[in-house]
Amino acid sequence: MSVKTLTIDGKMMTGVEGDTVFTVAFHNQVQIPRLCHLGGVPDVGACRMCLVEVEGRSKLSASCMTTIEEGMVVRTDTEQLREYRKLLMELLLAEGNHVCSVCVSNGNCELQDLATHLGVDHVRVPYRHPRREVDLSHERFGLDQNRCIACTRCVRTCDEVEGAHVWDMAGRGEKLHLVADLGEPWGNSENCTKCGKCVQVCPTGALFTKGSAVGEMEKDRSFLKYIVYGRERHQWVKKP
Amino acid sequence: MTTTPDELGERAEKELDRQKTFRERLHCCTAAGCQSCGGDAVKAGLKQRVKDAGLEAQVEVVGTGCMGLCSKGPLVKRESDDALFLEVKPDDAQALVEASPSLSLESRRVDMKTHPFFAGQLRIVLANAGKVDPERVESYLAAGGYSALAQALTTMKPGDVVAEVTKAGLRGRGGAGYPTGVKWQLVAKQVNETKYVVCNADEGDPGAFMDRSVLEGDPHRVLEGMAIAGYAVGANHGYVYVRGEYALAISRLQTAIKQAEKEGILGARVLDTNFRFQVEIRIGAGAFVCGEETALLNSIEGKRGEPRPRPPYPPEQGLWQKPTLINNVETFANIAPIISRGSAWFSNIGTEKSKGTKVFAVAGKTKHSGLVEVAMGTPVRQIVTQMAGGIAGGGKVKAIQTGGPSGGCVPEHLLDVPVDYESLVAVGSMMGSGGMIVMDETTSMVEIARYFMEFCMDESCGKCVPCRTGTVQMHTLLQKFCDNEATEADLDLLKKLADLLRATSLCGLGQSAPNPVMTALRYFPHEFAACMKPAAKGVHS
Repeated sequence: MSVKTLTIDGKMMTGVEGDTVFTVAFHNQVQIPRLCHLGGVPDVGACRMCLVEVEGRSKLSASCMTTIEEGMVVRTDTEQLREYRKLLMELLLAEGNHVCSVCVSNGNCELQDLATHLGVDHVRVPYRHPRREVDLSHERFGLDQNRCIACTRCVRTCDEVEGAHVWDMAGRGEKLHLVADLGEPWGNSENCTKCGKCVQVCPTGALFTKGSAVGEMEKDRSFLKYIVYGRERHQWVKKP
Repeated sequence: MTTTPDELGERAEKELDRQKTFRERLHCCTAAGCQSCGGDAVKAGLKQRVKDAGLEAQVEVVGTGCMGLCSKGPLVKRESDDALFLEVKPDDAQALVEASPSLSLESRRVDMKTHPFFAGQLRIVLANAGKVDPERVESYLAAGGYSALAQALTTMKPGDVVAEVTKAGLRGRGGAGYPTGVKWQLVAKQVNETKYVVCNADEGDPGAFMDRSVLEGDPHRVLEGMAIAGYAVGANHGYVYVRGEYALAISRLQTAIKQAEKEGILGARVLDTNFRFQVEIRIGAGAFVCGEETALLNSIEGKRGEPRPRPPYPPEQGLWQKPTLINNVETFANIAPIISRGSAWFSNIGTEKSKGTKVFAVAGKTKHSGLVEVAMGTPVRQIVTQMAGGIAGGGKVKAIQTGGPSGGCVPEHLLDVPVDYESLVAVGSMMGSGGMIVMDETTSMVEIARYFMEFCMDESCGKCVPCRTGTVQMHTLLQKFCDNEATEADLDLLKKLADLLRATSLCGLGQSAPNPVMTALRYFPHEFAACMKPAAKGVHS
């Protein structure tokens, strides 16, 4: 594996061949905004928050899907990028029904945190107020489609880490939504192992543990790191 | 059964001899356009008349592909004098079959050599349309079919084929205009035992039907192009991805594949050589985004039709992560003529950067509508006013729209723009796959912009945020304009969203979705201004 050197926001950084711009920046304390990226599961480049400017490329690149190249010059925080991210965030906030005051994730929500970070103080586009379902058929967890931003972290985690592939996306465009199995109530899913990984990786309060009150749902994603680390090294059993 | 390259020639001779035994051959258009206005009944009527008059040995009734003048169908062409009859009815059978004089029929006769719709055309892709029976491989062989494949396999190395296509200067006919030879080279240089050739026949732009007509009228030409491509890049397997709505095209293609396999033209030993090439059809379920190459690959793999981020590009990692060549139907249809007649012949046609011809589906408020194939560099005005005959009833052209929901409008004063990739982009539109919609003075450009945004909104797969949510918001704003409710702030927001979608969307659908709006704003700003609330004019938020 060869080492590559690149410049991110004016600072020289190094990474290993195959690393993404996002990862190298992260390890060097440059936090690029993101919603769909989640370390440990494959990237999809869907939220477009992590777009960066790469010198010599006419189009913006999703940093989570852009592998580093020697001599690359990357800018992650230009005024233009900040404006795009802010408008993207406003579009997301207007798309669903994100009512923080009644949300279990209030105060522990990645969408809320990022909106604050991006300086969103109002939403310029009209709210859509869609009619969306809440699925409380599962014995332990709930799904509130109103809070879903279609990042597909749950889809990828359930498929890649748990291996159950309960979740999928159905419909298209504005009607895109999460489905369990082939559109069953979550509680009827025969594939669901009730492990709760999807709940922990969800960036908003769309997936939550039943019984949480407003602001009580704190999520812990550290388990992913251990599972992925162990798998990569084939540590199937605890060493005596 | 095997067919050697020499036998191909013999088969063609035999078919030509058979055709010469007839005193007259009547070509009936059996493409979807003429079928929808009674073409099948005309063909059946002619056959019945031939049978009743006992002329089976003298007159042959042949079904052929689209002859172009779709608005005047059903069309029948008389081979002996190249006369084309418009709006033929089953009652005309006697006059046509027995060559008896009929005043009514004569009034509907046009000479293809002089009629303005046909006179300015240069037919390469559509050369066989109206001549070849798409359901008989012999008919294609008689027109010189599969001789380019034989020539490539027996006299050229794969590298020579790629070089020939590169020298010809052919560019992708799907819309973006990427140099075809360069793409072939990218796939050819990949070291991998498994490679794929994919034909994109998921034509989805509103009003566009070029690819459908080629598949319906000359399916073997596309198969021949794909087989040559397979040989050139080292692929043994091809897929044609056709949208499900094209039932007739799918059935003709299935027939053509079966015939070619039976003849040994496709299969384990193509034309009795060591080259193996198989073609399968994959039928799309009608999602516009599946015309985007990476979404198309996902769909073939049985996954949800969503685009993948590029790079990696399909020539490196395409279908099932293998090197994959994806070209459009019309691009493949150009390959056989390039190999047969040489790159020098092809590169002499067209402009400096855009070679060859382009097929356009002219629709809208014109006198004639249908398919035209013109040399690159032909002014748009010539297509609209001469070939299509201008606006029906004598109105004035306001603008034309090319490139569908990804393209834009060209206003009347710019109609002298030549048809080539760069010139159309320079005026804010694009070549696109070949849809050309002509609008007259009564058309509202704001409404057109709203219509195309609605199309993109419905067809967005929803994967990325800007396209999923942005098209919806832009559509809402455009609806406000249509309802005369818009303000300056709305106009400002509309422009901001257009820029966001263009810059941040994941695939071409979202990136180009604002184009129709942007060109309408560029050329017809007064129409948008006229749609604003009077009180709000000049008020900035």
